[in-house]
Amino acid sequence: MTPIPLWRRYTRFFGPDPTADVKDELRFHLEAKTDDLIGQGWRPEDAHKEAERQFGDLRTVQRIGQQMGEKTERRRRLSDYWTDLLQDVRYTFRTLSSDPGFAAVSVLILTLAIGANIAVFSVVNSLLLRPLPFPNAHELVWIAPPPSSCGLSCATYSSDAYEEFRAQSRSYRDVTGYFAFSTPDNVRLTGRGQPEPATSIEVIGNFFQVLGVQPALGRLFTLDEGRGTQPVVLLSNAYWRREFTADPAIVGKAVELNGTPVTIVGVLPASFDFGAVFSPGAKVDLFVPLNLDRARDWGNIVTLLGRLNPGVTVAQALDDANRVSPNIYQSVKYPETLGQYKGDLIPVPLKDYVVGKLRRSLVALWFAVGAILLIAGVNLSNLLLGRAAARAKEFAVRGALGASRGRIVRQLLMESLVLSVAGAVFGLGLALILVAWLTHQGSVALPLLSALRIDVQALGWTVLIAVFTALIFGLLPGLRTVSGNLQEVLKDTGAGAGLGRKHERVRTALVVSEIALACVLLVSAGLLLRSFLKVLDVDLGFQPDRAASIKVDYDDNALFNDASVAKRSATFQQILARVGALPGVEAAGMADYLPLGPNREWDTPVPVGKVFRPGELPDPLVYVVTPGFIRAMGIRLRGRDFTWADGPHSQRVVLINASAARVYWPGEDAVDKILMRGKEEDRVIGVVEDVHEENVEAGSGSQIYYPVTQQEPAGAQLVVRTSLPPAALAATILHTLRELNPNQPAAEFRPIRSIVDRAVSPRRFFMLLVAAFAGLGLVLATLGIYGVISYGVTRQRPEIGIRMALGASTGHVQRQVLASTLRLTFAGMLLGTVAALAVAKVIASLLFATSPWDLPTYLGMAVALLLVAVISGYIPARRASSINPTEALRSN
Amino acid sequence: MDTTKLELLRGTLDVLILKALVWGPLHGYAITNFIRRQSDDALLVEEGTLYPALWRLENKKLLEAEWGFSENNRKAKFYQLTPEGRRRLRHEVKVWEAYATAVGKVLGATQLPMPEEIG
Repeated sequence: MTPIPLWRRYTRFFGPDPTADVKDELRFHLEAKTDDLIGQGWRPEDAHKEAERQFGDLRTVQRIGQQMGEKTERRRRLSDYWTDLLQDVRYTFRTLSSDPGFAAVSVLILTLAIGANIAVFSVVNSLLLRPLPFPNAHELVWIAPPPSSCGLSCATYSSDAYEEFRAQSRSYRDVTGYFAFSTPDNVRLTGRGQPEPATSIEVIGNFFQVLGVQPALGRLFTLDEGRGTQPVVLLSNAYWRREFTADPAIVGKAVELNGTPVTIVGVLPASFDFGAVFSPGAKVDLFVPLNLDRARDWGNIVTLLGRLNPGVTVAQALDDANRVSPNIYQSVKYPETLGQYKGDLIPVPLKDYVVGKLRRSLVALWFAVGAILLIAGVNLSNLLLGRAAARAKEFAVRGALGASRGRIVRQLLMESLVLSVAGAVFGLGLALILVAWLTHQGSVALPLLSALRIDVQALGWTVLIAVFTALIFGLLPGLRTVSGNLQEVLKDTGAGAGLGRKHERVRTALVVSEIALACVLLVSAGLLLRSFLKVLDVDLGFQPDRAASIKVDYDDNALFNDASVAKRSATFQQILARVGALPGVEAAGMADYLPLGPNREWDTPVPVGKVFRPGELPDPLVYVVTPGFIRAMGIRLRGRDFTWADGPHSQRVVLINASAARVYWPGEDAVDKILMRGKEEDRVIGVVEDVHEENVEAGSGSQIYYPVTQQEPAGAQLVVRTSLPPAALAATILHTLRELNPNQPAAEFRPIRSIVDRAVSPRRFFMLLVAAFAGLGLVLATLGIYGVISYGVTRQRPEIGIRMALGASTGHVQRQVLASTLRLTFAGMLLGTVAALAVAKVIASLLFATSPWDLPTYLGMAVALLLVAVISGYIPARRASSINPTEALRSN
Repeated sequence: MDTTKLELLRGTLDVLILKALVWGPLHGYAITNFIRRQSDDALLVEEGTLYPALWRLENKKLLEAEWGFSENNRKAKFYQLTPEGRRRLRHEVKVWEAYATAVGKVLGATQLPMPEEIG
């Protein structure tokens, strides 16, 4: 066989052609056969015919050959494709490993950006995108009055109202609710050694059926139990695991709650977390059925939520509620309470109730983290452009050797894809860590946080952003690289050449946009930080530092009569005397409710001698406190505090807050005035400061304090003001309480500061995240500036060399490099400030007592950016000034 | 016995083709000639089966093909063994020899073997 010379291979110039191959091959066979036959003495024309005859069915063979040829060809093309791809990947790894610094920095940047994005996506997904963790969660609605300044008490309804609303409404499959005024550690689990505190919540019997929660073990409450006939309890999954070591035979066993035996009828599934949905940051251990009959005279006590009939919209349910609400009594015993809830029964999707307030913050967070991704992408684009410039010759040579432009772009894209996939893999690891950390932030009062996890959607999102990032940072350098003129590049000696300069313009534009994005992030973070500081500065009306509280257990089975009041007073007095005598305790007092937590209101006191229009008088929030509480909380008081002498038979006395005083006796001194509460005369003995009852950011309404010696408290929270760290006192306090009452459970001795921290935790959470992103953005922008300036210095080496040879001083050269750095930074800052002003206006609703044009924030941003710009410009400047002119010129 | 009409057993053609290529690249026509001559005209390979067999072996990567010029300067497609084809040939030869020996032994029998004990 003689190989075909190169010049004769033109026949397959336009790619392989299996059909022609088969024809050629078979023609050769026939010709060879004919030759042989002629050699054997056949006449040429007969020989040809004989050859064909001997061959047989030429066409069929040809067809078979064609089909097989095409198949082979397809397979070859596919395998070529994979081979090329594999080659690209191998080549990519080779180039990347030859520059490990670049690879490490790129992967690090991408890991941070992608990791942050996945983690934030998981948060957004859990809180905003995913439905609530109940079957057909879209049917669930929360029924409450329109948002107003009054607290939880306004958002609750009486037993009668619940029953009538449920009976008269047509929109719901069922309506349920729960007792809104439970406090943490409100029961003690006894009969198993040391009494343990636990948090129990009373729910209307059909609560779990309405939500669609199925028990993990046992059963839910029955109709009878729902009326409170049997003492039964359901355990939360976490509590069952923690307290009962996941005992599989727990159902039917009895436990003692506050000394009363109750039967465990079931365990709720792990997927149901009451706190995560209804009371962020709180944990609920036990569920007991709410006895609506017993609670009938307690006023507004239950929250309402319902499951809509299939196909019923929230708007229809609202019409229905507006039709029903005028016909509802607060208490059927009192006809005058008819229509009290008019306009106050507004159904909203449960999901909106749970996360509605967070929507803006979350969207802002999403944008912030998106900006980080963009900055990271731009940064990498920049780094790759720098490399592409350095590799221009390599690509030109490859192009000259026959690599198509598509192939080179593919090669570059492959590099960015490999980098971003590596970034995504590490980023996923980072996100897993972040998410695991977030789910354990029990102290952050954000709903659904415990349900946070990296799921399939988050993985999909990861793939999406990895590819997106690869495209944004890979395509631009790729296209720029191949758009140049190959010959020019090959001739180009490197310095001051056209492609280099063009590259630098693009890179400058990229860095400017990077700085602008960082600017926006910094301003946003700054504004949120300022808001947060303002929130911390809010005068809460009490002194949260150096005070702590513990839930006190006392025997409260007696009915409300003189004897029980006397007994309770004696108990409290004894506790306070003992605790107050402990070393380090400056003041001690008790209240049934603490600020920034649940609260309640009773009725509408009327100031004597004043005339008000109906509805003008507020229902103040009620606190039943002991003498000394006001001092222990650090609430400023004008007038006198309660004393133990204010007994059941002496003059009824109250304290009111400044807001209430302003309403009752505007412009007058409220002290010694009389409030009428029904037939009861209450003398105002002092005016205290407004205490933030609901949250730190909203103002306060009217508040009234009654002494425990004259009214019945709903519990007892001991508050101790101390000169010692609360933790140091905890054991002594508990020991003292145990001495007085062996049933005292080991409740937590909580610093009051932690209550405040919990209240501001969502704001702190968002502020910290945005600040972290801003910091990351700043670092990335710094890298970008450094990269461009440093590259510029490298490129201008000979030029700088000449200038220095002509007498430019080192200082002069340094100043020039720094000046170009600052030009870049100012351009970015200008753009960024404009963008930041627009963004600030959008996030204005997230700010607290901070203007979106807050000057210190903008100045701080400018200072921070200039500082890092100078630092990142100084290093290349130093390098530029240390260039040795002779060497620089010689190297060219 | 009519030796000119020997039918090729299924699968035998493949091993004959592989054998034909042991000494170097050949085109299809040369392969038929080799088989015919080597078998003293006993085995006639039909072109209608040869070429599909060649393409199939090429597809299986037992052969690889290249265009070249024949002895009288015509463009022809030459086949040669790949390392994989060479391995396959060695294997097939062994199998064939074992088979032929076994068949030969059976056909060369002169008497019934001793009956084995019934267990």
